[in-house]
Amino acid sequence: MSKLIINRRGLLRTMGAGAAATLASPMFFTRGAWAQNFCNDPTASGKIVFGFNVPQTGSYAEEGLDQLKGYELAVKHINGEGDGGLLNTLKPLSLKGNGVLGQKVAFVSGDTQTNTDAARDGARRMIERDGAIMVTGSVTSGEAIAVQSLCQERGVIYMAGLTHSNDTTGKDKRRYGFRHFFNAYQSGVAIAPHLAEAYGRDRRAYHLTADYTWGWTQEESIKNATEALGWETVATVRTPLGLGDYSQYLTPVLNSGADVLILNHYGHDMVNSLPQAVQFGLRDRQANGKNFEIVVPMFSELMAVGAGEAVKGIIGTSNWHWALEDEGTKAFTKSYGEAYGAPPSQSAHTGYVQAILYADAVERAGSFYPPEVIKALEGHEFDGMGNGPTLYRDSDHQCFKEVLVVRGNDAPTSKFDVLNVIGRSARDEVTYDPAIFGGELGPYEPNQC
Amino acid sequence: MFHLSRKDQIKLAIFALVVVTMPIWLAPLGAAYPGLMQKFAIYAIFAIGFNILFGLTGYLSFGHAAFLGVGSYTAVWSFKLLTMDIVPALIFSTLLAGVFALVIGFFSLRRTGIYFSILTLAFAQMCYSLAYSVLTPITNGETGLLLARNDPRVIDEALGAGTVGGAGLPTPALLGNTVSGYFGFYICAALLILAFFISQKIFASPFGLALRGIKSNQTRMIYTGFNIRPYMLAAFVISGMFAGLAGGLLSVTDPIAGAERMRWTESGNIVLMTILGGVGTLIGPVIGAWVIEYFENIFSAINKNMLNAAFDFLPDGVQNLAVTVLSKFVGEGWHLTLGLLFVLIVVFLPGGLVEGYLKLVARFRRGRGTKPEAGGK
Repeated sequence: MSKLIINRRGLLRTMGAGAAATLASPMFFTRGAWAQNFCNDPTASGKIVFGFNVPQTGSYAEEGLDQLKGYELAVKHINGEGDGGLLNTLKPLSLKGNGVLGQKVAFVSGDTQTNTDAARDGARRMIERDGAIMVTGSVTSGEAIAVQSLCQERGVIYMAGLTHSNDTTGKDKRRYGFRHFFNAYQSGVAIAPHLAEAYGRDRRAYHLTADYTWGWTQEESIKNATEALGWETVATVRTPLGLGDYSQYLTPVLNSGADVLILNHYGHDMVNSLPQAVQFGLRDRQANGKNFEIVVPMFSELMAVGAGEAVKGIIGTSNWHWALEDEGTKAFTKSYGEAYGAPPSQSAHTGYVQAILYADAVERAGSFYPPEVIKALEGHEFDGMGNGPTLYRDSDHQCFKEVLVVRGNDAPTSKFDVLNVIGRSARDEVTYDPAIFGGELGPYEPNQC
Repeated sequence: MFHLSRKDQIKLAIFALVVVTMPIWLAPLGAAYPGLMQKFAIYAIFAIGFNILFGLTGYLSFGHAAFLGVGSYTAVWSFKLLTMDIVPALIFSTLLAGVFALVIGFFSLRRTGIYFSILTLAFAQMCYSLAYSVLTPITNGETGLLLARNDPRVIDEALGAGTVGGAGLPTPALLGNTVSGYFGFYICAALLILAFFISQKIFASPFGLALRGIKSNQTRMIYTGFNIRPYMLAAFVISGMFAGLAGGLLSVTDPIAGAERMRWTESGNIVLMTILGGVGTLIGPVIGAWVIEYFENIFSAINKNMLNAAFDFLPDGVQNLAVTVLSKFVGEGWHLTLGLLFVLIVVFLPGGLVEGYLKLVARFRRGRGTKPEAGGK
C-alpha cells in the first residue's frame, strides 16, 4: 500500500517536473533562437513567398503590368523552368536553378492602383497574410518610398522596382530598401552633354513637372545640370499627377520667352503631355531665333510607343534598352519575347533583375535572415544583367552602372523600334557622393512583425 | 445616459461579438490578417459617421473624405511634434476634423439637395488640392507625410521616454505598448463598438427624431416653428468627427498620411459603402464598408495562378475557359466586379444588403406560414 502511495507521489513529482520543463522549454529554445527569429522566416513556414506589388490600374498601370510579367519570368528562371534567362549570363552566380536554397519560390501579386495607400495595404497583406519574405515592385517613387519605409518597420526586405526619384536612395533611404534603377541625378549628368551638343549652350528652359517626389527631384537635377551648361531656367510649373488635358499648362509656355520645354512627366502623364505639346505646334515654332525643342529627361519604351509620332527626335535617358548588344540583354530579350511575344520594357527588366539579385544574395548568404542578405547585397559587384559592370553601393543601396541616353527614332522599322541609343555615360561619370542627399539607412536588426 | 432599449442592447451585444470574433470568421475568407481587419473596423467607423448625416437627414455629402484626410494628417503631426502615444493623436484628429466640419458645414448647409452635395464636393476638392500641391510643406504632397527618427516629439522628449520600437523608426504606442498587428485591431474594434453605440443613442434620441423629421418633410418642420439649422450643423459636425476619428486611426495603424485619402473617389467610396449596405439602417453601412474593403483588398490580389489552382479539378479545356473568363473579374478587374455588384443591388435591392436580408427573412417566415413582420434591423 505504502509503496503505491510513494509511487504516486513520485509519479506526481515527476509529472510536475515534466510539465514545468515542457512549459519552460519554448522559452529556452526561443531565447536561444532569438538572433535568427525574424518576420516570415521561410524555414519556419516551409514556403518561400515573394510579393510583387505593382500598379495594375491607374496612371502607371501599363508599366506595372509589364513589370509583373518580368517578375513572373524571374520566378520561372529561379525555379529552373524556361531557358534560364539571365541566370546564364549573371556573374558571379550562386543560384543553381533549383529555387532558393534548394526550395522552389512561390509568389503573390497585388494592385497598388498607382496610389501610396493602396500600395501600403498591398504590402501589408503580403507580409501579414501571405507570409512574403521579400516585397518588390513599384512604378512611382511615391509608392516605392512609402512601401520601403513600411518594410523597414516590418523587417522585410524591399527591392524597389521602377523608381527614379533621388529620395528613394537619398533622403528617404532605408536599410531594408534596395534600388537597381537609376535616378534623376544620374539622368541630369548623362543627358547634359547631349543637350549641349544638340541644342547649344545658350537656351532658355521651361519645366513642366509632375507634382510629387520624383518630379521634384528630377526637376532639381535637370535644372542643375542644364544651368551648369549655361542654360537659363525661365519657369518651373508643377502639374498634378494623372491629368488628361495639359492645354492650360502649355499655353503659358508660348509667351514665356523659353525655347526649350522640359517635360518631367512619366507614364500616362507623358503619353498625354508630349503629343499635346507637339499638337500645340511647339516644335514648329521659332523662339529667340532658334527652333523650339522638347526634352523628356526620363523615357521608357512603353511611353514612346504610347506617345506615337510625337516622340520622334526627342532626347531622354533610360535605365536599359532591349536592343543593346551585350549577352545579358540578348538573353533577357529572347526569353521575354518567347514568353510574351514583345520586347521587354525597362520596367520589366528592372523588376526581373531585382528578383534575381535578391534570390542570388540569399543563396550567397546561405540564409534568409535579412541582415545577412542585406550584407550580401551591400557592396556587391556583378555583371551580365544587361547594364554592364554594376555595383550595389553599401552607403545608400543605389546601383551604379551605365546610363543610356536615347532619342526617339525618326524612321522606326517596327512598332517596338521607337528609341535609338545615342550615348552612354560611363559608370564613373554618374557616380556621386552619397552625402549630397543626406538621409540615413537605419539599423540592420529586424523588427518582429 | 447609457440606457438602451432591450432590442438595441441585444443588437449591440451581437454586433460586438461579430466584431471581436472577426479573426475567426474572416479566416476562411482569406481576410483574417491584422492589416485588413484594422481597415474593416476603421472604414466601418467612417461609414457609421457618414450614415448619421446621410441616413438620418438625407443630406448627401460628397466631401467626407476631406475629414478623413484632416484626421490622418493631424494624427501624424501629433506623432511628429508631440508624442508617439495614440491618445492625443486620436483626440486631436477628431477635434480638428470637427472644426473643419463646422466651417464647411456652416457654408454648405445653406443649400439643400444637389447644391449641398456640390458644395461639399467643392470644399473637399479644395482640401485635396491644398494637401496635394499647395500645402506641401505640411502634407508632403503625393509622397505622403512620413515619420522621421529626428522629429521633435516634445512630450516624449520632456518625459524622457525612449522611442518605442528600438533603434528604427518609432512606432505609435498606447501607454508604451506598440500598436500593431492584433493589438491595433482590437483598439480599432473597441472604438468601432463605441461608435456603433453612439450611433444607436443618436438614432433613438429626440435629436435623431428631429433629424428624421427634417429628412421626411423639411418645410413642415420649419412651419411648426422648428429651427433646423443648428440640428443640421450638429449632425454634420458629429459625422465629420467620426470621419476624423477614422482618419486618425488610419494613421495610428499605419503612420503615413497621403493626399489621396481626400480625393473625391474616396468620398464616393463612402457613399457607395452606405448605399450598398443600406442607407439609414444602423448596421447597413458597416456591412457595405466591409464588402467594399474586402473586394478592394482580396479580389484585387487574386491572379491567374490562384485561379488555375482553384479550378484544378476541372478538365483542361473547361479549366482554361473558366480561368480566362474569371480572370477578367479579379486582379486588375476588381473594379468591374464591384461595379456589377453595385448595379445589381441598386436595381433589385434599393435598400441595400440589409433590405435583401429582411426580404429573405420575410420569405422564410411566409414559407413557414407566419405573417411577415415589419423588420427594423
